[in-house]
Amino acid sequence: MQDQPTAIELVDIVADFIRNHAMPQLQGHAAFHARVAANALDIVKRELEIAPKANAEELGRLRGLLRRDGTLDELNRELCADIERGDVTLDTPGLAEHLWQITLTKLAIDQPNYSGYTRALEESL
Amino acid sequence: MGAETNPLVAPLADAVRRGIAGATGIDNLKRLSGGASQETWAFDATTESTAIPLILRRAPGGTRTQGRSGTAAGLETEAALIQLAGAAGVAVPPVRLVLDEADGVGQGFVMDRIEGETIARKILRDAEFAEARPMLARQCGEMLARLHKIDKATLPPLRVSPARAEIEQYFQTYKTHDHPHPVFELAFRWLKDNAPPDTTELTLVHGDFRHGNLMIGPDGLRAVLDWELAHIGDPMEDLAWICVNSWRFGNIDNPVGGFGKREELFAGYEAAGGGKVDPDRAKFWEVLGTLKWGVMCTTMVMAFKAGDRSVERATIGRRSSETEIDLLRLLAPRKKG
Repeated sequence: MQDQPTAIELVDIVADFIRNHAMPQLQGHAAFHARVAANALDIVKRELEIAPKANAEELGRLRGLLRRDGTLDELNRELCADIERGDVTLDTPGLAEHLWQITLTKLAIDQPNYSGYTRALEESL
Repeated sequence: MGAETNPLVAPLADAVRRGIAGATGIDNLKRLSGGASQETWAFDATTESTAIPLILRRAPGGTRTQGRSGTAAGLETEAALIQLAGAAGVAVPPVRLVLDEADGVGQGFVMDRIEGETIARKILRDAEFAEARPMLARQCGEMLARLHKIDKATLPPLRVSPARAEIEQYFQTYKTHDHPHPVFELAFRWLKDNAPPDTTELTLVHGDFRHGNLMIGPDGLRAVLDWELAHIGDPMEDLAWICVNSWRFGNIDNPVGGFGKREELFAGYEAAGGGKVDPDRAKFWEVLGTLKWGVMCTTMVMAFKAGDRSVERATIGRRSSETEIDLLRLLAPRKKG
């Protein structure tokens, strides 16, 4: 167990510093890259918040789909090989739902304002 | 550093005096933001009366290159294509001068600098383009019809890349990245199972017909730029690339570049003699285009890990997931309710 502030709180305050204190004093390319840097920290923050639970669920679904144990990386590679060979398809029970879940998780972390993501959320209501 | 200290000025001025009637020299030479495979410079040719606004496209540092990842046409080829497209009624900046070795500027060409906007967010949001926006989808269709109709016998040598070759090229790039993307695998598998037949008629294809390469004014589409990725391929490729959600910039319900409907694009295309649009093949190419952009985002990760350590380069890898959700919406849409 680590001390406080939490990693999420630290990343959050650094992003806030870049946006509200550093960026206003920068111009041109430096200002642009500062904005990109703050956005990158937002990704880190959301990953710290979302990934632990989502990855555990992903691993559980992969074990079910592939009927074996392994790491996230190993099982993802095996799933990829199965899809490439055509052994696992959209007709395979659970595949489409699994792909939707991993992708919705990625977007919730990477780009939660992306039009395709917000539309997909509306469509799933 | 002022323009007068740029070693490009003297040889470029000589070339312009040689190649453009009435030119007395050059002024206002300025490097524009450009890619790694080509340099783009803005400048004016001075004359006894008004200056002529021009663009120089040349190989980086003036050297000869193979272009980006072997898929790019050379600069002489690009100049020849722009001239052919112009003659066929495609809006392009007239080519004023193709440079040769003796000019000392390197491989490249000089064309007119067309005024207008290429930045999607301005085109899609600024009031200045309000009257242009409703016309753009149809105009894009008309332009594509004209460029697809260009007689193949008149073209310079170009890469031939039908659907299966495009799939294979991006599949290899994806495998090189060596990170598992189950959604990309699903898309590659679908593409392999649904590729148009090898007998599909191929034409000249622009290869990068989207925001950034379309010069737009308040009066509509003014010029089609950047012919670097032109090749011989399925004409539906161009009609679909501009419909990829990544180029809609949030306007998801306007599939054509965020400004128009597919029906307008297709109607403009067919009215200008582009032949019957095949919506199924267009969808195939939209899936491939979406996947292509996703794979390109992962190549940025490879560039970052290889030492190109810019923040922008690093974060673009986290945009490949945008294309994964677009691919799922295309291939495995979820039912409502």
